[in-house]
Amino acid sequence: MTQTTKLNSLWEYANPKKFLSTTERFLPGLWIITALCLVVGLTWGFFFTGDDYKQGSTVKIIYLHVPAALMAINAWLMMLVTSLIWVIRRHHVSALAARAAAPVGAVFTLIALVTGAIWGQPMWGTWWEWDPRLTSFLILFLFYLGYIALWESIEDPDTAADLTSVLCLVGSVFAILSRYAVNFWNQGLHQGASVFRAGAVTGADTAEKVSNVYFYPLLICMIGFVLLFVALVFYRTGTEIRARRIKALQARERMSA
Amino acid sequence: MIALLIRDLRLALRAGGGFGLGLAFFLILTVLVPFSVGPQSALLAVIAPGVLWLGALLACLLSLDRLLALDWEDGTLDLLATAPLPLESVVTVKALAHWLTTGLPLVLAAPVLGVLLNLPTPGYAWLVVSLLVGTPALSVIGTFGAALTVGLKRGGLLLSLLVLPMYVPTLIFGAEVARRGAEGMATSTPLLLLAGITAAVIALLPFASAAVLRVNLR
Repeated sequence: MTQTTKLNSLWEYANPKKFLSTTERFLPGLWIITALCLVVGLTWGFFFTGDDYKQGSTVKIIYLHVPAALMAINAWLMMLVTSLIWVIRRHHVSALAARAAAPVGAVFTLIALVTGAIWGQPMWGTWWEWDPRLTSFLILFLFYLGYIALWESIEDPDTAADLTSVLCLVGSVFAILSRYAVNFWNQGLHQGASVFRAGAVTGADTAEKVSNVYFYPLLICMIGFVLLFVALVFYRTGTEIRARRIKALQARERMSA
Repeated sequence: MIALLIRDLRLALRAGGGFGLGLAFFLILTVLVPFSVGPQSALLAVIAPGVLWLGALLACLLSLDRLLALDWEDGTLDLLATAPLPLESVVTVKALAHWLTTGLPLVLAAPVLGVLLNLPTPGYAWLVVSLLVGTPALSVIGTFGAALTVGLKRGGLLLSLLVLPMYVPTLIFGAEVARRGAEGMATSTPLLLLAGITAAVIALLPFASAAVLRVNLR
């Protein structure tokens, strides 16, 4: 076909060189938009929205808590997808992207847990409650830790990629299983999803809906966190690719010496 | 398969340590609990099912790093991988041998240790049933963890970090069965869920373990 010059497949980014050149072109702009979103969203949220009539100013931690929690789960989802791609199609960039995403996801999980605790102390009167949502996030954090530890402890990169991919696949199943097991085990204190719920955005149920006053800055913060995650993963994947290259060059040098 | 099972059982029995160690650990853990929370028998009766489950789980974990490491070191695993028996079956047999030498003794010892913790009378049967149904899942999940870390020099701690989060659902449902049983409540829902986890894990996880083992043997 006439596709030889202009490939439009997603898979062409599996080529590390192509991946690097493309992401490098986008990264500066991406950083700027990310910073813009976060600054605008957080400033708007923190300084230009009123206090909640019951929660006071503590409500404003929502601008960190909700986006971080959102990305904590989606980062694992992204690792799951990239692990699958590695297992099926053996693209190295994919495995490296999963590796790059893991610490970012772990930090987002930690942010969600810590901001939740800080909010929970005045609101629920406790730093920690064995609520299903809180507990499953803690378990998710443990899965992140195990995943990262396994990557770090295996020397051969391909073996590490294979093993961590399988761990990610199996771990996902167990993470979901834990989520429902924990639901069964204890009743929740945490409120249900109140942002992206059917009817919540359209305003059909106003009782638990996040008010528009809070929703718009929150949306900007969410976009900012998504972009931050994407930028960090691109950046870290690029670093991983370069580190891999350095290793290959060093090995070549040793061979020729 | 049977030959491999018999070999593993013999090794576990004769090599010393492996067989009794898990039990001894379980005993010591149970003895230590009253020291840490105080000797009030009412309190102990409340926490007994959970403590016994946790003890059984940790005793299971303790023997996992020996599960494949010895065969890995002396090259038996390489031979098993080239044998006509598929690696999936090898892994399943290994898990079964681990359960027979670790899980089953724990199940049998649990009621005796229940006495030490003042477990309420209706709880004994349910404790045994829940452990009987749940511990095979612990062995199979543990085999997966052992297969993941078999090539590592210091896999022991990492093994715990990987395996313990995966034990969460089993522990929740298992301890729930024991707790409800001890309080005389209906146990069928958590028991069915526990059995479901065990069945699914036995059916699916050996494939993951074998895949991981193949990578490690590469």
